[in-house]
Amino acid sequence: MFTSWNLIRLGTVLIYLFMFAPVAVVVLLSFNSSQFGSFPMEGVSLRWFEALWDNQAIVRAFQTSLLLGALTAVISTTLGVLASLAMVRYDFPGKTLIATALIAPILVPEVVLAVALLLFLGAMGVPKSFPLLLAGHVIFTLPFVILVVQARLVSVRRDYEEAAMSLGAGPIETFFQITLPLILPAVLAGGLFAFTISFDDITGTLFWKPGGVETVPTQIFAMLRNSISPEINALGTVMIIVTVALPLLGAAAARRLGRKQRGCPAHKRHAGTGSDRTLRRH
Amino acid sequence: MGDGTQTAVDLQSVVKRYGTFTAVHETDLEIPEGSFLTLLGPSGCGKTTTLRMIAGLTSITEGEIRIKGRRVNDLPIHKRNLGIVFQNYALFPHKTVFENVAFGLKYRGVAKAEAAKRVKEALELVQLPQMADRMPSQLSGGQQQRIALARAIVVQPDVLLLDEPLSALDANLREDMRIELKRIQDTLGITTVFVTHDQSEALAMSDQIVVMSAGHVEQVGTPEEVYNRPASEFVASFLGNSNIVAASVTGVDGGVAKLEVDGLGPILASVTGDQTLSAGQKVKLSIRAEKLALSDTAEAGADATVLDARVTTVDYQGQVARYFLDAGGRQLQAINPIDEHPLSEGKQVSVRIRARDCVVLPA
Repeated sequence: MFTSWNLIRLGTVLIYLFMFAPVAVVVLLSFNSSQFGSFPMEGVSLRWFEALWDNQAIVRAFQTSLLLGALTAVISTTLGVLASLAMVRYDFPGKTLIATALIAPILVPEVVLAVALLLFLGAMGVPKSFPLLLAGHVIFTLPFVILVVQARLVSVRRDYEEAAMSLGAGPIETFFQITLPLILPAVLAGGLFAFTISFDDITGTLFWKPGGVETVPTQIFAMLRNSISPEINALGTVMIIVTVALPLLGAAAARRLGRKQRGCPAHKRHAGTGSDRTLRRH
Repeated sequence: MGDGTQTAVDLQSVVKRYGTFTAVHETDLEIPEGSFLTLLGPSGCGKTTTLRMIAGLTSITEGEIRIKGRRVNDLPIHKRNLGIVFQNYALFPHKTVFENVAFGLKYRGVAKAEAAKRVKEALELVQLPQMADRMPSQLSGGQQQRIALARAIVVQPDVLLLDEPLSALDANLREDMRIELKRIQDTLGITTVFVTHDQSEALAMSDQIVVMSAGHVEQVGTPEEVYNRPASEFVASFLGNSNIVAASVTGVDGGVAKLEVDGLGPILASVTGDQTLSAGQKVKLSIRAEKLALSDTAEAGADATVLDARVTTVDYQGQVARYFLDAGGRQLQAINPIDEHPLSEGKQVSVRIRARDCVVLPA
């Protein structure tokens, strides 16, 4: 029966197929033993992954991307948490202006941001370098961290912190003992956002990277200019795994943390006694 | 200081302003060591702001606050040695009950073994000794409130501050906790400042009640003083059911003033020592609803007035009934115990009012 709901379902499935089929093809072809990407596949092999591993340029690009992503995540998360605390917990002149400035990198087209930073630093006489690239990535991942952490911080009632301080904990102890544990899921999520956005980025990176430094996306871009090697399929598969698996892991970790806060401290949990756990909840 | 009862908390000319809005007008308060003081008033009266100023959670605009003789104006909250119990408990959700209660001991350099012992004692005091390993989310509201209390008292604070700690509990539990809280406060002899908008909590628990309204202290006194001899029309109307009518003084004889009330005629009212009334003065007369004794016939005298009235409405409440009366065109309320049956509507009654139950307030 073609009711309107069935039509909507069919349309949805087709749209998702259209979007994800190419990705599936890339993943599938990365296991193809043939040199030329065509169906039907001739055999299954990991030779393109081996080729990746042997390709010094790609391994170097991977290392660069991982380091860049990790540093971006750490710096963005630290700054983002501090900025969120300032925005949510304190009042100061120019607050709305600063809030807008912090979120603006999401609104400004990335190309514009990339060119602007490059021109600005050029005018200042600062040469392109890895720290500059890192700074660029921090600037446009920061808003994501701030948005996530702020949302969580708003829901953490002020009286937890007030209670801790009334009991003798100073502001810094209160932050590490109370505030940070309570916003930790959001902090982890923000850090993962920052990492994956940095890891995926190509526009800004193309403008900011110093000569000779390649990240995975710019490496793929460079390789595509020469030829379409099946290695790129393998590289694409690895990228997908890194950028999909990491957030999933992070989400799982955040859920575990959340569960611990709602009850069931880890050292109290008995193995396999589901009924015991439900009892404990009440 | 130095005499028998020391002052634990001393507010001197304390003012709190937010921009042009004055949340708390110039306030002086002395809270004796070991006493239970209640800040009572409707929401927005400044009671919570006052508590937060004592706690150091809100800065003061003018004046001085001393805790145990030490000026604390610029002392941050974590150095004031306080215990605070919040309306929403504010137990740390990611820590066990034990960790919650032990939290403050960590910052007072208490050794682990000693801390464990004190936590155990505190949990026993609040009658939840077996809950140490639970997470706060596994406790009921009442249990959480007891743990919050244990956490606040285990550090042996100079002052215990309670910010509407009972208002999040349901009615039955609230009365149990009220008695429990008072028992614990008596046991420890800890100076306590309690904020509430609930008059029955205030009357039941306090040594002293501070009635506040619109940022002003209206009256400071024992529960009996505040209830029986309200100092202002606000206090009279905020606590219990009062009949408040405009009156003018026609004469004063010793401790008794003769007042003329439109529609009711002359009424006798006792006058306290510090009140000076003169003939012709306009005043307000306040009489508690339960002080109007209704009967078929009653005798007036030198210390009582009798009015004739008609019952217009009966509000039956089981043990007592609230009667709305029409006395010479003026409406009065009376709350009387019920003897078998409440009075019926439309009945003519005599209303006897003793002079000492009549409070003369400034107009």
